Amino acid sequence: MNPSAERIREKFPTAFVRAEVIWAETTVYLHPESVGDVVRYLHDDEAERYDYLSDVTAVEYRDLELPLQVVWHLRSLPFRRFLRLKAEIPRGAPLSVPSVYPIYKGADWLERECYDMFGIEFVGHPDLRRILMWEQYAEGYPLRKDFPLRGRFSRSEQLRQALAAEPESRYSMTELTIADAFEDLPLEMRQRLAGGEKTGE
Amino acid sequence: MAEKRTVEVALSTSGLDAEGRPQRIPLVVDDGGRVTTLEAPLSIEPELEGEHMLINLGPQHPATHGVLRLVLELDGETVVRCIPHVGYLHCGFEKIGEYRQYNQIIPWTDREDYLNSPGNNVAFALGAERLFGVEITPRCTVLRVIAMELSRIMSHLVWLGTTCIDIGAFTPFLWSFQERERIYTLLEQWIGARLTTTLTRVGGMGADIPDGWMDGLRDFTHTFPKTIAEVDRMVTRNGIWVGRTIGIGVMSAADAVNAGLSGPLLRASGVAYDVRKDFPYLDYETYDFDVPVGTNGDVYDRFLCRMEELRQSVRILEQAAARLPDGPVNVDDARLILPPKSKATSEMESMIHHFKQVMEGPRPPIGETYVAVESPKGEKGYYFVSDGTPKPVRWRIRPPSYVNLSAIPQMVEGHLLSDVIAINASIDIVMGEIDR
Repeated sequence: MNPSAERIREKFPTAFVRAEVIWAETTVYLHPESVGDVVRYLHDDEAERYDYLSDVTAVEYRDLELPLQVVWHLRSLPFRRFLRLKAEIPRGAPLSVPSVYPIYKGADWLERECYDMFGIEFVGHPDLRRILMWEQYAEGYPLRKDFPLRGRFSRSEQLRQALAAEPESRYSMTELTIADAFEDLPLEMRQRLAGGEKTGE
Repeated sequence: MAEKRTVEVALSTSGLDAEGRPQRIPLVVDDGGRVTTLEAPLSIEPELEGEHMLINLGPQHPATHGVLRLVLELDGETVVRCIPHVGYLHCGFEKIGEYRQYNQIIPWTDREDYLNSPGNNVAFALGAERLFGVEITPRCTVLRVIAMELSRIMSHLVWLGTTCIDIGAFTPFLWSFQERERIYTLLEQWIGARLTTTLTRVGGMGADIPDGWMDGLRDFTHTFPKTIAEVDRMVTRNGIWVGRTIGIGVMSAADAVNAGLSGPLLRASGVAYDVRKDFPYLDYETYDFDVPVGTNGDVYDRFLCRMEELRQSVRILEQAAARLPDGPVNVDDARLILPPKSKATSEMESMIHHFKQVMEGPRPPIGETYVAVESPKGEKGYYFVSDGTPKPVRWRIRPPSYVNLSAIPQMVEGHLLSDVIAINASIDIVMGEIDR
């Protein structure tokens, strides 16, 4: 067992749920709301020094009674240790966990992907929006078990939505405020775009 | 001195006049009829002072190495802000994996980081074997090391060639693709496929190497260093190359670790994190090789790190070729490895095993594991969760270039637009892996 698990249990008795070892990898289960504090301790403490965030992801079991799990894979490069943290979100509870972005910049896209695929909200992430799917994607969260493999909408509905999308929708709001692109276009071009013509992509 | 006179040309590039017609502007030519200066009427020139411009780099731009789209806010030619957009190639590999048996997922791993297919196959098989609790044979271990290092060389060669083209050198591209072709020939002799190899199975390999294959490998490891030396002579001290790469896209060691960078990108910043050394797999701790580390963390150091990794991979290949033991390649486990076809059609027991494996698939115990290997791009991880059924509950890819790319705004901001191309090339992204 990774010695960090025991130290987490001593330092954070209220956050610690249980620890288990499987295939020589230690997993520490935590209460979702306290993940931020524990990760902060693991990152900052001189005896732990988990300075590298490998991965953030989530697991939903086929048995829909089981809780949804959010998983963090941490590495300590100085001590060559590997630790898995898990937070279980019970069914019916809001899917929200603290973001570790203030501690690891590398969590930026990993948390966005997790939000995109599972709908988990990472509280404290500065720019939590879809990343692999487009921002107007309305079919739900693809990696959830209730999401069918083929998607929710038919091909024709997907095509209809793609054609109906505004060209500005390919830009985020921050980008549009940089450019004020639409207002600056020539009148004739604005009319064409308003008439539904698409810019090529 | 010749007297200057002006002539009008029919078409110009500076836009429309007040009535919406193309602007006619005077060109200044000397007596010989040569154009010497362009005198555009000042009143028509748009005032661009202090205004920022927004441009799209990609998703069709060849220098973005795939369908990456960068929205850049430019002040003149300097990048003020960079917002990357990914996902154009998303095809839901992880979702599809939840509907496939373990051996059926291996062809999907070919197609994510398609420059490193054998390496992905090996990484996937390692993860699945830990989940199944299987020990692979000694011959298989060494063969997998050979596959991983060949695929590292292959991927680095593509990186070298395309980066040279991006920065303006054409010849190394041809040389590196010639060498890569030789590895493809070796893989073709081994497994029959070149790009999408599907080299491994859970518990073994798709095929043993054919007779005489090691001679081809030795020939390659003997002559390949000469090509590296030639590229080295051509590029490493080339004035244009040095000018385009030194001091560009710098990441400090602390920033790089915090941003989760891995692979040559992290090592160029001075952090000697290599999964092969720090968390060894496939007996890498018994091979004698060095991990090159940079000091400045700029594009030039990343180039130097990758060049040295090519040489170190050749060292590992030589050692692996020398120690390859005889013996079986696949584990002796009828649950996992298909019986030979001749037995499956003639022996009752083998036929049952064959049927059970093909129709149901092998069942791992309940559990989970995260296996990381050092792919050419960095730490490539596969995370499996099993509930005891033949198909994984969750198959997660930890894509190194995805995390590496997420740091691109930090690297490009403040640099020139042309440096964005060099920095993007130095990250060595494969969009198939980023979007999955």
